[in-house]
Order: sequence, then structure tokens, then C-alpha cells
Amino acid sequence: MTDDHVYLTLAEGDHEAEARWAYGTGFADPLLGVDTAPAPDVDGADLSLYCQLLGDDALVLAQRLIEWTTHAPELEEEVALANLALDLLGQARLLLTRAGQVDGTGRTEDDFAYWRAEHEFRNVRLVEAENGDFAFSIARLLVFATARGALYRRLAEAAPDAVVRAVAARGVKELAYHQEYAAAWLLRLGDGTAYSRERMQAGLDAVWPLVDELFTAHEVELRLGLDPAGLREPVEAELARAIERATLAVPTARPLARIGGRAGREGVHGEALGRLLAELQVVAREHPGATW
Amino acid sequence: MVPVQTAEPEQVPELVERFEAVIAAEQRIEPRDWMPDAYRATLVRQIAQHAHSEIIGMQPEGNWLTRAPSLRRKAILLAKAQDEAGHGLYLYAAAETLGVDRSELTEKLISGRQKYSSIFNYPTLNFADVGVIGWLVDGAAICNQVPLCRCSYGPYARAMVRVCKEESFHQRQGYELLMTLMHGTEAQRAMVQDAVDRWWWPSLMMFGPPDGDSPNTAQSMAWRIKRHTNDELRQRFVDMTVPQAEHLGVTLPDPELRWNEERGSWDFGEPDWSELMRVIKGDGPCNTQRIEVRRAAHEDGAWVREAAAAYARKEKERHG
Repeated sequence: MTDDHVYLTLAEGDHEAEARWAYGTGFADPLLGVDTAPAPDVDGADLSLYCQLLGDDALVLAQRLIEWTTHAPELEEEVALANLALDLLGQARLLLTRAGQVDGTGRTEDDFAYWRAEHEFRNVRLVEAENGDFAFSIARLLVFATARGALYRRLAEAAPDAVVRAVAARGVKELAYHQEYAAAWLLRLGDGTAYSRERMQAGLDAVWPLVDELFTAHEVELRLGLDPAGLREPVEAELARAIERATLAVPTARPLARIGGRAGREGVHGEALGRLLAELQVVAREHPGATW
Repeated sequence: MVPVQTAEPEQVPELVERFEAVIAAEQRIEPRDWMPDAYRATLVRQIAQHAHSEIIGMQPEGNWLTRAPSLRRKAILLAKAQDEAGHGLYLYAAAETLGVDRSELTEKLISGRQKYSSIFNYPTLNFADVGVIGWLVDGAAICNQVPLCRCSYGPYARAMVRVCKEESFHQRQGYELLMTLMHGTEAQRAMVQDAVDRWWWPSLMMFGPPDGDSPNTAQSMAWRIKRHTNDELRQRFVDMTVPQAEHLGVTLPDPELRWNEERGSWDFGEPDWSELMRVIKGDGPCNTQRIEVRRAAHEDGAWVREAAAAYARKEKERHG
């Protein structure tokens, strides 16, 4: 019978025969052809830390987006939010792997994700905040994607490391979609019903105090010549255009204060990150030394 | 939307004749073709139940997304959950060709008027459950679904081709995860065995009650919606799975499992059908929770969907 044949090829085939599966498993290496030797004039510890700043942002926001799974307002949003999370997770994996290569420790992506303590995470507080409602999540995504897209465009040209340039070049396209997705929802919610408009404005207002940190330099960014302060004006202008188009008001909320001059980049976070990491790390930490 | 046919077969014998000729010739019934009301109703029920299963099935695996113990496993699991949302979407679209719509089907799901696969009413209790679901649950789903690629209703058959390809990928990933765990620590191997012990019998029940207690099978087979009986598919699944279990190094929790030389198949014990009936009737470990999560997502998202609809109306007014 025809279906018996289909069945055999689908489910009972030789597990080594790639062609029998819908997709192969040998996915292309995203860094194929990239010279991974670190530039001699760049400090390995600094570059590693820089990769952690960006890698932690991507990882923590991916984890927050993953929390939407099975809770999204529509099935199309389930698919889209998972896509965004997969993109960010991919960026995080490449950046954290790079962090362990250039600092000489040989730590893996999983060493960074699962075995560092909360104060060793370097993400901005924007990405760790709890999801809130769909409006808050969209506002956060819009801010992050706009800022990270601008940063990646710059890094694709100017990063002092070939791997970071390659990750950024790929990330530019991904973040452009994230920004477009968030802006489309900003528009629908802002210019939808009176109720959605109110919630979208509240989401923007709640996110706004967390924007400043994206443009506040950590010392390692200054040492590498990658001060994010220069991105503030173009990013804020881009955000203002999207917000005004959605008939909403650009928030005027003041930035969240730092703690003794420190914030996420220095490992000083809000209360939400500890719980996020407890969940992310729990299984790995129950089985030290195990391979998954 | 396709108007629902109301003509009774005896009033339009030539339509009935044409329908039956298409079925007999192994051709496809398409949305605009006349079909008996009972055929349409059977397909709506089956496709909706299948779509609901994809969507509810995201929950037991979604339970481990935030805790997956490596970033690679997290990415694999997330991509799988995303595929399931995609399968739900094309299956709801296939159901829509029969004159129903997704929101109506979703209402029926959350009000308990339509079912989903009972397997998803069991909890996922350790990370190996993710692998065992891929191996056994997706494996059983493949056994059930591959014959549906030749189902007499065209949109369903075509949707199943893609669904089956992706399911086979998931099954392979599940098996690969279990292989990795079985080559790992003692604790990891124990997790796999524990997961197999819990999922084996519910997986066998995925094929439905024994043939003698499956009143709809004969009609579905006559319509070429279904190609094999529940017991035939269950046997096929057992025959496929036993050697895989041996290769993996796990024990299937059935003392009656033994090779039958005469039949050229594995004999196996009787699943606890009273448990299946209890789970179907709503007393499974997670029935209430699964529906509640789906209901909450749907209701919490209502304002978002209303906003999108309002925006679309405004855009239409603005641009004609």
C-alpha cells in the first residue's frame, strides 16, 4: 500500500539517511567562512564582556518571549513570537560562545547561560522586566528591536571582531522584522479601539523609564570605542515616529534610577531577573556535568 | 465561506452517485463538490479535533520551554512548539473549507463541545518527557496520520503531507534527545525510564478504543477518510517501537510483550480502557488545566483581536 511505503520512509528509515527526513539535521554554520581568530589589538577580556552584554540581552528577552507560548492572543502571534525568540536565542548562543572563546576560558554558551549567578548577568533591566500585558510586551519589543537594530547596523561595520560583525550583519535583518512586527501591533493597538489605545499608551509609559539604560555606556563599551550614547538620538527619533503614527504620545517618564551608579550592565538588576534565572537554570543545575 | 449543503441524498441521486464514484476512484473531494452532510460533519469533527490537539499539545511541552537544560534543546523545543501552532493553523484552515470558522471551533474547544487528543491530558514531569513525547506520541501520531495523506477530502490530505513531514522530524529529534540522555548519567537514564513508564500506555490509547468498541470506524473507512482500523494502527506502532526501545535501552512497561513468530508481530497487553474513558470524560490529570490555559489566552487576547479588527475597519474606510 502506498501509505505503508510513506510510513516506512518517514518513521522507520535509516536514521543516517538525511533525505528520508523532512529536513536534514546538518544545518549550515552561521559563521561559515568567518575568520574567527581574534584581532591582536583587542583585549580578550573586554571583548568577552562586550559579547556578554549583548548576548545576555538577547538571551533574557528570548526567555521572556518564550513565556508567551500558549498564552498569545492569536495563533498567528504564537508563531511570530516564537520566531522572534528563536532569532534572539540564536544571537545569544553565538555571542556567548564567542565570549568564552576570546577570554581564554573556553566556557560554552551553556556555561554562561546556566552556571553564572544573577549578578554576573549583564543585560539591561529593560529585557528582564516581566511580560505584563501584550501592550507592554509590544512596547518593550519595539524599543529593544529599534535600538538593537541600530546598534547591529553599526557593529556590522565597526565591531572590532569578525564574529561580532558577522552576528550583527545577520541580526540586522532579524531585528528589522522584529521592529516591523512590533510597530505593526503598536499601530493596531494605538489606532484600534479606545480601550486598546489606553492600554498601548500605558504599555509605552511603563517601558519608557527603562529606555535610558540602553544608551548609558558601560566602561567596556568605552574602551572598545562602542559608546552607545550616539545611538540615542536616531533611535529616539525612530521611536517617536512610530508612536506618533500610532496616534499615541511619546512618554515623558523619567529614567529609572541606578543603584550607587550601577545597573544591569554592571550586574545590578531588578527583582525579576533572579526568578527568571531560577527557572531557566533549574534543570541544568540539578545535573552538574550532564550533557543534554 | 462555503455554503453548507442541505440537500438530502435521496433528492439528488446524481450527486450522490458522483460523490461515491469519486471516492471509489480514489480521487479527492474538494470544497466546492457536493458531499453528504454526514461526511461533512465527520470531517469537521475530525479536523477540528486534530487542530485542537496541535494547539493543546503545545502546553505539555511548553511546560519545559523555560527550563530546557541547554540552549540548543531550548531552541529545538521552541521550534517544535512553533511548528505545532503552524499545524493548528493549517488544520483550522482546512476545516474552514467545510463552512465553519476558527473562532467558532475555538469556542467549541473551550466550552468542551469538541475534543482533542486525550494524550495531552497527562502531565510532563521531567525533561525526558519532552523526548518521549517526540518518540512515542509523535510516533503514534505519524502512524495515525500518514494514511490521512490519502484521505478522500483534498484539503485535509494535503495539509497532512506537510504535517507528517514535520512530525517525523520531531520524532527524530525526540529519539535523539533520548539517545543522548541514555548515554548520560544514571539520573538521566532514570528520567527516561520514568517518562517511558508513564507515556507508554497513554500512547497506545492514542489509537482509540478497540475495533469492537469503535462504532464510527466502518463509515469513515467506507468514505476513505480512515484507511486502517484502530487495532491495526496500534499493532503497527508496537511493531515499530519495540526494536527502537531495545536500541535505546529502555524497558517498555508491559510484562505481556513478546514476539509472536506465527503472526510476525509483537503481542502486547491490554491498555486500561477504563482509564482512557475517564480521561475522555474529563477526569484526566490535566483536562481542566489545559482548557483553562486555552480559555484564558483566548479571553485575555480578546481586546487585542478587537483592536486589530477595529484598525482594519478604519484602514478600509480611509483607503476604500
